[in-house]
Amino acid sequence: MEPIIHIENISKKFGALEALHNVSLDVQKGEVVMIIGPSGSGKSTLLRCINRLEKYDEGLIIVDGIPLNTAENINAVRTEVGMVFQQFNLFPHLSVIDNIVLAQRVVRKRNRAEAEKVAIDLLEKVGIPDKAHARPGQLSGGQQQRVAIARALAMNPKIMLFDEPTSALDPEMIQEVLDVMLNLAKEGMTMVVVSHEMGFARAAAHRAILMDGGQIIEEAPPEILFTNPKEERTRLFLSKVL
Amino acid sequence: MEIQTDGAVSITPIPSPKNGDEKRRFDKWWLLLLFVVFLIAYLSITKSDPYWRIILFVRDGIWVSLSTTVISFLLVLVVGLLVGLGRLSKSKVINGISTVYVEVIRGIPLLVQLLFWYFAFPSVVQAIGNSLNIEALKNYLANPVGMAILGLTFCYAAYMAEIYRAGIQSIPKGQMEAARSLGMSHFESMRYVILPQAVRIILPPVGNEFISLLKDSSLVSVVAVADITRRGREFMAANFIPLETWTMVALLYLTMTLFSARIVTFIEHKTRLER
Ligand SMILES: Nc1ncnc2c1ncn2[C@@H]1O[C@H](COP(=O)(O)OP(=O)(O)O)[C@@H](O)[C@H]1O
Ligand SMILES: [Mg+2]
Repeated sequence: MEPIIHIENISKKFGALEALHNVSLDVQKGEVVMIIGPSGSGKSTLLRCINRLEKYDEGLIIVDGIPLNTAENINAVRTEVGMVFQQFNLFPHLSVIDNIVLAQRVVRKRNRAEAEKVAIDLLEKVGIPDKAHARPGQLSGGQQQRVAIARALAMNPKIMLFDEPTSALDPEMIQEVLDVMLNLAKEGMTMVVVSHEMGFARAAAHRAILMDGGQIIEEAPPEILFTNPKEERTRLFLSKVL
Repeated sequence: MEIQTDGAVSITPIPSPKNGDEKRRFDKWWLLLLFVVFLIAYLSITKSDPYWRIILFVRDGIWVSLSTTVISFLLVLVVGLLVGLGRLSKSKVINGISTVYVEVIRGIPLLVQLLFWYFAFPSVVQAIGNSLNIEALKNYLANPVGMAILGLTFCYAAYMAEIYRAGIQSIPKGQMEAARSLGMSHFESMRYVILPQAVRIILPPVGNEFISLLKDSSLVSVVAVADITRRGREFMAANFIPLETWTMVALLYLTMTLFSARIVTFIEHKTRLER
């Protein structure tokens, strides 16, 4: 089957620093892929290349059959790919519901009633329907991240990218966000998740990938990668985080 | 559930927490303004000659000063935004042009710029008219108010551009990335996400620019615009009572600037943003 994300030999430099070196990765439709690895290993950069927040220098990425090379293609891909950030990045000047409504109106050209219906349904889905008219600043971190997920889902993406979605959260709020992600995975969403939440990986991920020094070191089903890795570097990394 | 009926992109002001400190300061400055207005009224009534006569004489100048300032300021807001965005542009040409504009304008005194537009610019137009043999341009004469507004706008837009630029740059990068990742174009992200936030941040310096512009508008009196200052000079020439004339002119400016400052503070409080 044609992979929904096809990454072929991409490289990316920041000045002299090679953040990605010859990375290749295929993700199938409905697959949940976890990416782990030490800080600075290029995980965010790889994720950001998939929706072209970062330009890669060499190689090729095809998302849902669309090669990421021209400006029109990039906007087309971005509407198919949702992204959730470590710092939530909600729009602080808009209410929760308007955060979810804005891009639906501007990009998807939905009318307000339609967009609000979508927003309210999604807020129910992530468990905070009563916060629709609050400001992002009035919500807890966990609630903000759930709004951010709802905001991305409102665009009906085919793929969701998560860049350390629980790293900025207080421990007691991590589970509420992971639960939303678990539900998404169950519904068959294609997901690429950068996270060190091993519980989530075991419960939902089909594949786990270890990155180090801008390269993919090892990939395997999570239970194998976590318990019986082949590579020394994987073992070393796991011994530090587990 | 209550459904909002306003546009998706409208900015709903957030009620700001009214703590006692802010309220007291608010009142104090209104009191100063009231005092100045009262002083003007008191002088006009108790010593109506010369004070009330001065006010009657410079009255049309007040209107000229205010309208010149307001029109220039509205233009400055627009031109400043364009130049500010130019300063942030990745295009080398656009970036270069806006940078040179800002640096050149900021290096020349406003008074000299106003003198240039009024006295020198028309001869440039006439020279072009002569060389191209266009009758309308040959006989071009500067309109004082028009040239004054042009000069003020050109100058202040350069400063305003830097304010816009700093405001936009102060918005965390993640905001643009979140907007772009939702499929919005660069322009749409600016329009709906970045600028509404930047505007709130730059409101205090923009307000200060308005007040500076109001004061600097007195410079247009040297290029044949009959503003408050020029009318004051005319009154002086006819009556020769400098102390009373310039006191009253100063009080009139002070009333306008204090009032503007109150309005700016008021808007600031109305639009304060919780992060
Ligand atoms: N915009 C940038 N400019 C310069 N260097 C960057 C930039 N973004 C990332 N890097 C560098 O690239 C490397 C990989 O970064 P990143 O992908 O963020 O790693 P990770 O997400 O795995 O922690 C790091 O060394 C980081 O410092
Ligand atoms: Mg990262």
